Amino acid sequence: MGILEVQNVNKRFGGLQALNNVNLNVEKGSVHAIIGPNGAGKSTLLNCFVGRLTPDTGSVMFNGKSLLGIKPHQINQAGVSRVFQTPEIFSDLSALENVMIPAFAKRDGAYKLNPFRRVTQESEIRDSAEEVLRDVGLADRKDLIAAEMSRGDKRRLEMAMCLVQDPELLLLDEPTAGMARADTNKTIDLLKHIGETRGITKVVIEHDMHVVFSLADKISVLAQGTVLVEDVPENIKGHPKVREAYLGEAQV
Amino acid sequence: MLKLDSKDTRLFLIVIAMTLLAPFILNPFPEGSNLAQFNAGYPDLMQRFVIFGIFAIGFNLLFGLTGYLSFGHAAFLGVGSYASIWMMKLLTVNVIPAMFASVIVSGLFALVVGYVCLRRSGIYFSILTLAFAQMSFALAYSVLTPLTGGETGLQLKAADPRILDFGAAEGSIGRASFFGIDMRASMELPVGSWLFTLNFGYYLAAFVMLIAFYVSIRIFRSPFGMMLRAVKSNQNRLNYTGVSTKPYTLAVFVISGMYAGLAGGLLVAMDTQVGPERMFWTASGEVVLMTILGGAGTLIGPVLGAGFIKYMENIVSKINSKTLEAWFGFLPDGLEDALITIVYPFVGKGWHLTLGIMFMLVVIFLPGGLVEGGKRIGGWLTGKGRKSKTDGGQEATASTPAE
Repeated sequence: MGILEVQNVNKRFGGLQALNNVNLNVEKGSVHAIIGPNGAGKSTLLNCFVGRLTPDTGSVMFNGKSLLGIKPHQINQAGVSRVFQTPEIFSDLSALENVMIPAFAKRDGAYKLNPFRRVTQESEIRDSAEEVLRDVGLADRKDLIAAEMSRGDKRRLEMAMCLVQDPELLLLDEPTAGMARADTNKTIDLLKHIGETRGITKVVIEHDMHVVFSLADKISVLAQGTVLVEDVPENIKGHPKVREAYLGEAQV
Repeated sequence: MLKLDSKDTRLFLIVIAMTLLAPFILNPFPEGSNLAQFNAGYPDLMQRFVIFGIFAIGFNLLFGLTGYLSFGHAAFLGVGSYASIWMMKLLTVNVIPAMFASVIVSGLFALVVGYVCLRRSGIYFSILTLAFAQMSFALAYSVLTPLTGGETGLQLKAADPRILDFGAAEGSIGRASFFGIDMRASMELPVGSWLFTLNFGYYLAAFVMLIAFYVSIRIFRSPFGMMLRAVKSNQNRLNYTGVSTKPYTLAVFVISGMYAGLAGGLLVAMDTQVGPERMFWTASGEVVLMTILGGAGTLIGPVLGAGFIKYMENIVSKINSKTLEAWFGFLPDGLEDALITIVYPFVGKGWHLTLGIMFMLVVIFLPGGLVEGGKRIGGWLTGKGRKSKTDGGQEATASTPAE
């Protein structure tokens, strides 16, 4: 049984069938990549996992519990963290504070009104945040205001914000979009490293085939709202349907 | 000290010293001199400084931390005032129960208003709060007349029951007091040609303001405060981080409303009367101006802004054409008339014009408010004048200098 099971998900926007009977089975501890041409419905699908969109029909089960109809913060509290396509961070806060906030959310739940506690008392939270910042290579920039960071650092920061929560499932929406090759490779190494040390299940949406084939244990190919194939990377490369829908146009 | 770090302790100590010495600091000009009218060290005005300081500190907790711009905060001030005067009429003229009543009643009112208004953010939130405040104003003005005294408002009367004031002389009008000490009790201290007035009411209000200021520092430095800044920065991310934002925003809205209520209660304690105009939207706008002018999101900014605006309101508005003639009298006639013609629209009844210009200058050139101005001047003085601008910006949210 998978940690994330998606069954017969349909989503229609007006006349557009964005998702058409999508099925997905993500196994615990694996890296599951979702690839597909632009407009295939990848981000729509991801949005259905985190409570941003609700599918018209179908079910999304995480650890045997439905993720549909509950709020984004409840989904996160259940153990699902998400990295966005454009980094969603707290721009006005320092890098350290950016990571401390998710750590608070992990420890204290959806809210805890403690106006008379001092942040300086929270050494555990601070330590765990600093540790994760070290993991992603931002230890020396922890006091920098997030808005002043480079694009690559912002992505790494967002990754740290998710990792500090030790999620069971990490959703990554194009984690290397717009990155230079060197940075892309760094991110791949980071993701691999996370996979080995923390054993977090990951769902990755990605355009970059290099990233997909170096990370994924399993790949689902999405085109026009339908899953064409779901298989291991070796079989995806040569699959005629995939070539036709996606790889073909890139390689001709 | 007091569970504050060294920087905050220093700031707090400076504020304590300033409030204690305010009757002297604000009276720099000798009695009877040409400049004596610029003295602000008289009880009535100093009380306003600290009371509106409390109002602005509370407003800043909401606006400065979460970015939610309430345009109806005067409603809480008004509700606090009404609660306070009813306490004095029914129970006792002692200001302590009156102040508690104003905080509790305005807190409850803020809970209701906040619950409704916080369903929206941005401009819609502002409009909702404005609507609530105008509704409160209209109600106090008309329908609720039995409770609010309508247009004439409420004052203490000889016929008030005051059931806890057993010793009070029958048929006398009560005067607000603190366990028997009259709020208006003052000590005059002539030093040379200077005259300093130490007023009991002022020191009581100042003491309350210091507590309010201390609480605000603690909130700024708490995980709760950090979450509030995260709400301002990126509410979307906060939701995807597992945080439910509504309890945080509602809590700070209520705290902020309680601050406003406390200020309203103190206004009544100093001057035992209330009218509905206290809830009018211009009063709500004023606290927005105070906070932005002083520096939203900084600790001391709102207090400075409140002081600045109240000073303008009370001092600049008193300058009339006679005063101007006295100032420019030494100049040749033509020049004198010309200068008076130029300056006149900006003083006296035209003080709003001066305030408006100051406000625009601050918003355009000092987005961090007076606090940022002070910081820049401090920077030039210590030779670090060319410190990067962004650096000043980030410090403003994290901490604050005194002047």
